[in-house]
Amino acid sequence: MDISPTSATSPPPRPTRAATRAGDRIFLALSRGSGVLLLVIMAAIAVFLTVRAANAISEDEGNFLTTFAWDPNSAHPTFGIAVLAFGTVVSSVIAMAIAVPIAVGIALFVSHYAPRRLASPLAFVIDLLAAVPSIVYGLWGALFLVPHLSGVYSWLDDYFGWTGVFSYSGGPSRSIFTISILLAIMILPIVTSVSREVFLQAPKTQEEAALALGATRWEVIRMSVLPFGRSGVISASMLGLGRALGETMAVATVLSPGFVINASLLEPGGGTFAQNIASSFKESGELGKDALIASGLVLFALTLLVNGAARMIISRRKEYTA
Amino acid sequence: MSDVIVDRPTVSDSAPLPPAGLHRPRLPRWAPAVVAALAVAAGVGIGLGAGLSSRAQWGLIAAILFVAVMYAAAARVEGLRQAKDRLATSLVWVCFLLAVVPLVSLLWETIARGIKVLDGAFLSHSMAGVLTIQPGGGVYHAIIGTLEQVGIATAIAAPIGLLTAIYLVEYGRGRLAKVVTFFVDVMTGIPSIVAGLFILSLWIIMLDFSYSGFAGSMALAILMMPVVVRSTEEMLKLVPNELREASLALGVPKWRTILKVVLPTAIGGITTGLMLAIARIAGESAPIVLLVFGSQVINNDPFEGAQSSLPYYIYEQWANGNDASYDRAWAAALVLIAFVMILNLVARAIARWKAPKTGR
Repeated sequence: MDISPTSATSPPPRPTRAATRAGDRIFLALSRGSGVLLLVIMAAIAVFLTVRAANAISEDEGNFLTTFAWDPNSAHPTFGIAVLAFGTVVSSVIAMAIAVPIAVGIALFVSHYAPRRLASPLAFVIDLLAAVPSIVYGLWGALFLVPHLSGVYSWLDDYFGWTGVFSYSGGPSRSIFTISILLAIMILPIVTSVSREVFLQAPKTQEEAALALGATRWEVIRMSVLPFGRSGVISASMLGLGRALGETMAVATVLSPGFVINASLLEPGGGTFAQNIASSFKESGELGKDALIASGLVLFALTLLVNGAARMIISRRKEYTA
Repeated sequence: MSDVIVDRPTVSDSAPLPPAGLHRPRLPRWAPAVVAALAVAAGVGIGLGAGLSSRAQWGLIAAILFVAVMYAAAARVEGLRQAKDRLATSLVWVCFLLAVVPLVSLLWETIARGIKVLDGAFLSHSMAGVLTIQPGGGVYHAIIGTLEQVGIATAIAAPIGLLTAIYLVEYGRGRLAKVVTFFVDVMTGIPSIVAGLFILSLWIIMLDFSYSGFAGSMALAILMMPVVVRSTEEMLKLVPNELREASLALGVPKWRTILKVVLPTAIGGITTGLMLAIARIAGESAPIVLLVFGSQVINNDPFEGAQSSLPYYIYEQWANGNDASYDRAWAAALVLIAFVMILNLVARAIARWKAPKTGR
């Protein structure tokens, strides 16, 4: 990804008269222009969202950060992101907690366990999960997963209901925990593919040395592959977290929203930034749209932070191993 | 995305088991298969006996039984270290199966429920004049919308993405290239709904245009650009430097070298990346909800008036909340998945057929 001067394929610097030819100048201007255009778009996204958001927040009669309501269209606009922030962060973190161990398992399966001839078709099957559009996940989640989960939830309630977090009264399970499961399925492919790449790069000599000393396959993985891949797995999970934070349609179809924070994750209610934007957009007036844009800005900042951190870890690791 | 295009380094054969002849008793090779079969049988038996309705619970029981029995057997016969190894192997297999279950279930549900109403009439009619609770109607207007919106988005994003990648690989040096690289990475992570909100505030609120397919296309283009840049960049880096040097040595200007030598060499991989990017945005529905507004009738003009699109159509039909609409939603989901999967498969076929011609 990084353009380093040592990269074998980058052409040598040639400050010759070729650069002065008209064709070259036009081409350079065009290609540099597109690069700059990308930066301009990024800046414009931040600026435009901020302008609309500032407008909305100045009209808000509640506290934008702590109000438990979303009512920007009334005469006394009151809205706050507390419920949305809670729902977004909790559902994404649970999704990550479910997905990362499974994804690491799959990555190890593809890189070290699967029969060699099967490895790349199997990796392809996992990549197919990424190709399914999110609205189809939503449809499947709402019409197939939700009815099938109520049995599991009753069981959880029987044994863990006393914690309060897993109490369940038997309605349709269109809850935060259900969307966490759905999000976990959706972020599996990206976490898997990044982890797999890292595991495949683990130094073969170390693995062979461990095997020669009589280590079992699991000991090889624990002693040489996992320590090598740790930072890669961390950044992979953060990329997955970034995906989960911004997922819209799957959440909007499955979750039954409500502006309350439920102690139980299995009961309907709550919401996420993206879901709230998609669900309440059509009923929004002028200020309502600005309020949604303000919540979108928070989401934008959140994903920027998570993704930036993930990229930083990847590039630091790259320098370290290079 | 890029990881599927770049050839994987060959794995040296997965770790061979240590030789069995060193007087260490081992479980026979068929043991895992037998235990797995028994565990499945026990899972079904317990499930039926205890009256558990959910198949997922049967599977879970079988998986837990398999892992536990294998661990116990290995610990007895082979010793604790081997048992741990067996445990890890079983868990890794269980992880893989866990991931395949939702994929198979999703594809199966979509095909089984979608095939019911999917026929020629469904593909060639719109929803004009069809009540939501009555069967009939179709997706023609949504297909038109998707094709036009995705086409326009590609027309905007492909040239910009290609040129940016060329800049980064062929010209890029110094601060600007570093900044662009970083922000392309960051841009990959922008949630689709945020791209939609941006176009909403710029195009519809500030410039006061109305909802149209074109507004949706612009948001899709923003989502597509970084994907195109990233995949094209990877492909251009694979072009051997000798080709560039040979062309430059013959006195060919740099821009003609790029157009006539570098791009044709990498064209297979670039096409693959482009098609994967198209497949990705074809399934986006969040920006469409904000910018295109949805419509029940055929609107061939993407620049004027509300349109529909396949993902939006699915959302709309689901929101209607009755059986006839659910049937239509599943059928449209089947059409959309088929479209996206075909794009994916063709893209991978091109990647294999026109594998990047690297130096040897």
